[in-house]
Amino acid sequence: MHELSVAQALVEQLDAIVRERHADAAISFRVRIGPLSGVMPELLTSAFSLAAAGSAVEQAAMELVQAPVRVRCQTCGAETEAAMNRLLCGACGDWHTQLISGDELILESVELQMPETAAQ
Amino acid sequence: MCTVCGCGTGEEAVHSHDGHAAPGYRPVAGGALHFGLGPAGAHVGGMSQDRLVQVERDILGKNNGYAERNRKLLAGHDVLALNLVSSPGSGKTTLLTHTIERMRDELPIAVIEGDQQTSFDADRIRATGAPAIQINTGKGCHLDAHMVGHALEQLPPLDHGLLLIENVGNLVCPAAFDLGEAHKVAILSVTEGEDKPLKYPDMFHAASLMLLNKIDLLPHVRFDVEQCIEYARRVNPAIEVILLSAQSGEGMEAWLDWIRRERQARAVRQRALRHVSGHSRTGDQAA
Repeated sequence: MHELSVAQALVEQLDAIVRERHADAAISFRVRIGPLSGVMPELLTSAFSLAAAGSAVEQAAMELVQAPVRVRCQTCGAETEAAMNRLLCGACGDWHTQLISGDELILESVELQMPETAAQ
Repeated sequence: MCTVCGCGTGEEAVHSHDGHAAPGYRPVAGGALHFGLGPAGAHVGGMSQDRLVQVERDILGKNNGYAERNRKLLAGHDVLALNLVSSPGSGKTTLLTHTIERMRDELPIAVIEGDQQTSFDADRIRATGAPAIQINTGKGCHLDAHMVGHALEQLPPLDHGLLLIENVGNLVCPAAFDLGEAHKVAILSVTEGEDKPLKYPDMFHAASLMLLNKIDLLPHVRFDVEQCIEYARRVNPAIEVILLSAQSGEGMEAWLDWIRRERQARAVRQRALRHVSGHSRTGDQAA
């Protein structure tokens, strides 16, 4: 349900980028989402169409990239992938690990539609 | 280059990726999930790089900015702020009233209450004599840092005190929103089932401490304490756990000691920071 707040924040950021770059609109953008970010990709997509209605990013296509869950082991030092509800070291099986990726919610890039004159 | 089907730059045709995506989304190579949103899902071949802007911005950056402002404000007044998160009915408000009753002679305490509707919880807190601000989120499912910032403006001075923020009862949404707290504290009651940490990993991952509440009911319910702690550590190896019953008082002293310890650790950190900044100022003057 909080995906709507996240989508509103996303629309604000995209709008700001469109304005900063003097673009007409955003064509597409890419979001990197970790399984531990608390955000469901499907819900974010439907929330985005609601939040973006009437804005300069209304027509923009969202591309979602799933960030892997990765941990660094404090016992053996290995960096391995882990399951979101089992943050064990993939090398030695120890549970003294630190999350290094998997909880992010990042706007990676935006593809902009520039005004005709600027494009030439 | 298009990341979905690999069509390269220089292609003259405009093509749509609707076929990749309908209905909903579909995973593609490299773990990407592509959503074609009608005609706008089209990518134009030959797109020049200056139109593709790399930004790497945190989507919740605005909330995080407000949270940092709250954190600075709280640090300036030496306030320890805890964000209490749980399902509805885990016993948060009872835990808060008993915490206040036991600690109010030690330090100033204030509460920010988050609920969709009513001020019942704030009324219960005020009955203990502690100041409480009720935030009604309406249809909202979580508190955010902006709301908390406004609540802070309304609270009386709380220097060297404790701020307890009772979030909306919800084990999902509040995990994503930093309020400027020192720690999230997850409260799980033994009537809820020991598998909650695995079912809601985001929340238990975000919390520094799990309070297993209502342990006076353990003889009457099927709840495996050891298993629950093991599940919590699977999603958060560093999580601390305290067993207590706000109602019977068992284990409450361990929770109060945790708060005291955090306040001391905070004070030590603040002194160290002042020490460091004091040195750098001296350095500046010398230079």
